[in-house]
Formats: sequence, C-alpha cells, structure tokens
Amino acid sequence: MVPLSHVIIFSLVVFVIGMVGALMRRNVFIVLMSIELMLNAVNIALIGISSALGDVVGQILAIFIITVAAGEAAVGLAIVVAIYRNRFTVNVDSINLLKW
Amino acid sequence: MSWAQVFFYVFAVLSVILALMVVTRRKAIHSAIFLILTFICFAATYVIMNAELLAAIQVLVYAGGVVGLIIFVIMLVKAEEDEVKQSHGQGIIALFIGLLLAVEVAFIVLGSLCASSTGALAQKMASAGGNTEALGVVLYTKYLFPFEVASVLLLAAMIGAITLAKYKLER
Repeated sequence: MVPLSHVIIFSLVVFVIGMVGALMRRNVFIVLMSIELMLNAVNIALIGISSALGDVVGQILAIFIITVAAGEAAVGLAIVVAIYRNRFTVNVDSINLLKW
Repeated sequence: MSWAQVFFYVFAVLSVILALMVVTRRKAIHSAIFLILTFICFAATYVIMNAELLAAIQVLVYAGGVVGLIIFVIMLVKAEEDEVKQSHGQGIIALFIGLLLAVEVAFIVLGSLCASSTGALAQKMASAGGNTEALGVVLYTKYLFPFEVASVLLLAAMIGAITLAKYKLER
C-alpha cells in the first residue's frame, strides 16, 4: 500500500498551502477556508498513521477534529456576519479596532 | 505499484492543485467551489487509507455542510476583495514561513518513518465487521466521555452562532 511518509508529505503540503493562504489573503472567507484546509491536512495525517499502525483511535481523533471544525466554521461565519453588519467590510486589513 | 497506490497519488496531486486554486482565486465564491472539489478528493484518499466512514463524513459534513454554510454567508455579504493592494510584504513573509515549516517537517518525516506503510488496518477491520462497526464500538465505549463533551461543544457553538448572527430588533 501507500508508504506512510508519502501520506505525511501530502498532509504537510496541504497544511503549508492552508497556512500560506491564511497568512497572505485579506478576504476573511478565504482565510476561513484556509483554516479548514489546515484542519483537513491534520485529518489526513491522522488517518494515514491510523491505517499504518492498525489502530482506529486515529480515526476517532479525526472525528473529533471534524466536530471542532464544524463548530469553528459556524461561529467564525457568525462573527463575519456580525462584523459586516457593523463595518460593511470583509477585508481583514479593515478590521483593526482591537489592534494596538 | 498497486492500483490503490496509483489512485492515491492521482487524488493527492489533484487535491494539492485544487487547494492551490482555493488560496489563489480572487473571488471568494470561486474558492468555495474549489474547496468542495478539494474535500471530495480528500474523501477519495480516505477510502484508499481504509477509512470509509470518515470519507462519508467528509463528504456529508465538509463538502455538504461547512462549505454550504460558507457559500450562504458569501452570498449574504458583499464579499469582493479590495482592488487596492496595500502590501506590507505580507505575502513574502508568509511564503518564507511556509517554506521553513515544509522543509523542517519534511526533514523529520523523511528521516524517521521511511519503513512503514498504510494498510495494516484492513485485515483488522474485516475481522471486526467493517470500519463503521469497529469505530462505533471504540467511540461509544472507551471514548464515550469525549463524545459527550463534543456534543456539548456543538451545542455551545450553535447557541453562540445564533446569538452572534441574530438581527437585533431594537436597533
């Protein structure tokens, strides 16, 4: 089957793409989507290691990560809606009220 | 090289390309559509790594639920990126940090776990009566308390999202 190191490298590449996207984009939706990509990269690594070790606990952990990601997306999008209602922007450079 | 391995590499390369499309598109709605395709390719790689239940959850929860929610909110607010590029050298720093992380972790990974490969789970799953049953037995016995905590977390997230996004009538 697939070598574990290739799975980890695949997960690493997706994580780095997500991290660079979250750091360099200014549209808050694309930042949120990049965070989802990073969480999914962790899931790939967990499932690959679970499959290599023959242990289902990695998949249990991946289920909990999916739960947390769903909650994070719901709350994050609610915050975006609340900010848009007050400031009429989704550009993260304009959301700087708490920046010292 | 077996067919499963060939398909794993095909879907891995495809999802990396689609993930790059997600972070480089100008319009957020295009990114969201590419994100759905990325998640479906991830689900395909999960199937190859003997995680059929998680592949189904990936398609239902992520491609159906989370990205659906993101698309709804993109359509609710006016979501185009500002054309004025006020660059602070942010992109270069981000690329540098990403490259640093990639090199570091790749160094560790290639140095430590070259020998093992996926697929050890397949026989165990077949004796336990399938992926879903094996996962369910462990989730509802040994990990029952974290499962309940996760349900409380989802409840709190739901109440928080409703409270934050609710339209205030008194204004």
